[in-house]
Amino acid sequence: MSTSSEIHPNPHAPDPHSSASHGSRKTYLTGFGLSVLLTAVPFWLVMTGALGSNQATAFVIVGLAFVQIIVHMIYFLHMDTKSEGGWTIMALIFTVVLVAIALSGTLWVMLHLNDNMMPMSVDEMSKMP
Amino acid sequence: MSGHTAHARATHAHPHGDQGAAPQFYVLDEHDHEEGASTLLGFWIYLMSDCLIFAILFAVYGVLGANYAAGPSPKALFELPLVAVNTSMLLLSSITYGFAMLSMSDGKVGSTQMWLAITAVFGLAFLGIELSEFHHLIAEGATPQRSGFLSAFFTLVGTHGLHVTFGTIWLFTLMAQVARHGLIPANRRRLMCLSLFWHFLDVIWIGVFTFVYLMGMLR
Repeated sequence: MSTSSEIHPNPHAPDPHSSASHGSRKTYLTGFGLSVLLTAVPFWLVMTGALGSNQATAFVIVGLAFVQIIVHMIYFLHMDTKSEGGWTIMALIFTVVLVAIALSGTLWVMLHLNDNMMPMSVDEMSKMP
Repeated sequence: MSGHTAHARATHAHPHGDQGAAPQFYVLDEHDHEEGASTLLGFWIYLMSDCLIFAILFAVYGVLGANYAAGPSPKALFELPLVAVNTSMLLLSSITYGFAMLSMSDGKVGSTQMWLAITAVFGLAFLGIELSEFHHLIAEGATPQRSGFLSAFFTLVGTHGLHVTFGTIWLFTLMAQVARHGLIPANRRRLMCLSLFWHFLDVIWIGVFTFVYLMGMLR
């Protein structure tokens, strides 16, 4: 039956070895050094109150946390755009979007419950328990 | 052709007269997967779903974190130096696991086992400090039942601690596997999955120490 059939290997087949990036001693040590710095600075800022205002400190430590997460992703989890044919980064981006929606949506709704209630008349209000 | 099923489908199969349209064949099975070739991607997708669990627990903490019910506040409870020590335990365990992976790719069984053992020690130190912190809190009356803040705190930090616990059990299991079978491909794959798991837990801990402990002290 298969007289004229030609089997083409799928050109997009994922290379089974593409995900086997372990990094090197140098990348691990770079990541470790950056992580130590990015951990020590926020602890120091909070423990000494060096920035004066709590709001500025909170802003800076959240920023440093995001930078540290990215450092861990690159140097420890070896994220790149090529491993597994790009599917790991796609799964990550999808998850980041879901996490952003879940977190910001939850906080927005739950912390503004009073603002988002239907307005009540004085009469209704007086019947509230 | 062994292992493949080829299906023939003549495009525009005319009953009368083939107008030069030779039947086209294509292979339904794209290729043979190497055993375990997709394990790492699957494990990564599991980690992403785990990430969603933690996102929800962080969101719950964000909502309930200020409901002290006239009970103790983070400032009265948390000891930052202890948290700093705990954080460094987890960070050190991450780098030593990385060294275990480097030894593994060099095929050195002894040094892989040594780095795994050091990682386990740091992991156990982290768990010991966390359990003593929990014990201290509960002894002070700051139990999960005390307030919404403490319920959310124990759920979030406890879930992370449970992950580290199971990661450590997994670590010991793999050390036994490597001792018994050596660095066979299956064990390498398992060690790479645990590597992702272990580093992922460190990433979650960045969120915990920033949003729970450090931000708690700023309130």
